[in-house]
Amino acid sequence: MSFNKITILESKPILMPIENIDTDQIIPARFLKTTTREGFGKNLFYDWRYNSNGEKNSSFVLNRAEGDGTILVAGRNFGCGSSREHAAWAIYDYGIRAVVSSFFADIFKNNALNNGLLPVKVSQEFLDRIFAASGTTLVINLPERTITNSRTGEKESFEINSYKQNCLTNGYDDIDYLLANIGSIKEYEQFTKR
Amino acid sequence: MSKTIFDKIWNFHVVKEIPDGPSILYIDRHFIHEVTSPQAFSGLEKRGARLFRPNQTFATCDHNVPTINQHLPIADESSRIPVERLAENTKKHGVTYFPLGDPSNGVVHIIGPELGLTQVGMTIVCGDSHTSTHGAFGNIAFGIGTSEVEMVFATQSLLQTKPKQMLIEVNGALKEGVCAKDIILHIISKLGTSEGTGYFIEFAGSTISSLTMEERMTICNMSIEMGARGGMIAPDETTFHYLKGRRYSPKGEEWEKAVERWRSLKSDAGAKYDAHYTFTADQIEPMITYGTNPGMGMKITSLVPDTGSKPLEYMGFKAGERLLGKKIDYVFLGSCTNGRIEDFRAFANFVKGKKKFADVEAWLVPGSKAVERAIEQEGIGNILRDAGFAVREPGCSACLGMNEDKIPAGKYCISTSNRNFEGRQGPGARTLLAGPLVAAAAAVYGVITDPRTIK
Repeated sequence: MSFNKITILESKPILMPIENIDTDQIIPARFLKTTTREGFGKNLFYDWRYNSNGEKNSSFVLNRAEGDGTILVAGRNFGCGSSREHAAWAIYDYGIRAVVSSFFADIFKNNALNNGLLPVKVSQEFLDRIFAASGTTLVINLPERTITNSRTGEKESFEINSYKQNCLTNGYDDIDYLLANIGSIKEYEQFTKR
Repeated sequence: MSKTIFDKIWNFHVVKEIPDGPSILYIDRHFIHEVTSPQAFSGLEKRGARLFRPNQTFATCDHNVPTINQHLPIADESSRIPVERLAENTKKHGVTYFPLGDPSNGVVHIIGPELGLTQVGMTIVCGDSHTSTHGAFGNIAFGIGTSEVEMVFATQSLLQTKPKQMLIEVNGALKEGVCAKDIILHIISKLGTSEGTGYFIEFAGSTISSLTMEERMTICNMSIEMGARGGMIAPDETTFHYLKGRRYSPKGEEWEKAVERWRSLKSDAGAKYDAHYTFTADQIEPMITYGTNPGMGMKITSLVPDTGSKPLEYMGFKAGERLLGKKIDYVFLGSCTNGRIEDFRAFANFVKGKKKFADVEAWLVPGSKAVERAIEQEGIGNILRDAGFAVREPGCSACLGMNEDKIPAGKYCISTSNRNFEGRQGPGARTLLAGPLVAAAAAVYGVITDPRTIK
């Protein structure tokens, strides 16, 4: 999977102060039937974005002219539920490159990292202050592993292991790494008599 | 140093560790289905790579399949195409596939154990979060994304960071009318939907040891609903008895050797966990969910707690009201959580000699062809039909609003599945999670009923 390299992201974020946003909300199961990775962005948050008659729900944040769409900020436990990687694809396909929350579900986090989508875990206080006022600009600096709230001037460090950071800044993925280690994998099989 | 069962299995499967990074973890068994595999096959082909160990991958179709008239082509093209693609991909890459109608077809997490593909001490993955089910046999089993499916295709390995470990003990005898689903819904209602994030859970204690394999699978299945990557239970005689003689289980001398090895797989006394919770079985009662995540559960006799307006508004409930006596439109028995033969036995045992409530639509969906056969062999089919129920054909069905079986907007469904998220069973559908007995009682009386109050 090829994706754009990430170094520094600066954006007026899309704010979704909702906790426990599950993958069925991010992309409902009925939209998972295509056999490619592209095109899921149009169905991102479909059941929140559109009313049951198919019209846009004007009160939903993606339908309001807020944020420039590169960074999504959401309440804690973002991405819980199903393992569908389509959730990460849909967010990426929509144009979002980083999701900021105080807590991410495990599988979603891995799926995001495998698709060039950066999950940034911040403290609950930092998150609350992003939600406290609109018009904030966020700056995410991946090489520095920091995120800055330009409105308050607060800066916080976030964690990412150096292996994954390298993958994101260079735009390569785990498969490249694993294939480069196929010799060790074969040795392991020999050693354990498989 | 004392080790947990998780440590032992994990350490055995580490091929290599990356400094300040994840480990290369070898995968023994890989299950695939039609929803999360097509992009992995095409990704593999784009790289010009071959499937590295096709004999360790097994495929079934389950999410998109209709649960009636499976002998006919799948009518909905958008569901038919992924299933056809799976047939093509597995053929091309030499993967064993159990297609629709095959005697071994069924929901991926039901057929793995039934066929003895799920054994003990293994690493097992599948592009499906409920892969945690296989942990019931003492395996490290977890759900993965499609990019990871492609990694396993290409290298039979994954890059994984070792999770933290949590011990959940349940001790004592269960009260009459309380089932495994009630245990896990009780635990999730106490711990919440994110307490397990970053952890792998080991379930232990006298209550857990006394459970059958089917019941253990129901518990491990829903570990993910606490956010945990997986849940596991140390193997014992119940485990070995279940696996003996299954199609892919080791045979003869191999079996003896395997069991000897498996017996050593348990946590050492004094092994360290990062978190530890203890529950008492006599505190657990029949459970039901009232909100829009699996943590929003309560005793069926309780009043709806005040959890903020959004979930209750969606469900059409008010804080402080009783759910007993509320009208139900649909009942769904099935899914990888409760679609096994024991679930059908419990349901049939309750409805025997009674009649389905006329206005309730009941979907009884076996988890596999093997469960479907057992239902008839044991005479359960006749009991159900006499009571006015029909048994459908195997599949994921109404668990996830992906195939034909969707709950209409605004309708209430007592569902034995695992998720009650908004729209999970169809746009606007209102899901109440419960065990097979609560489902059976609602199917007979048309309202939410405590099964213990019925003779």
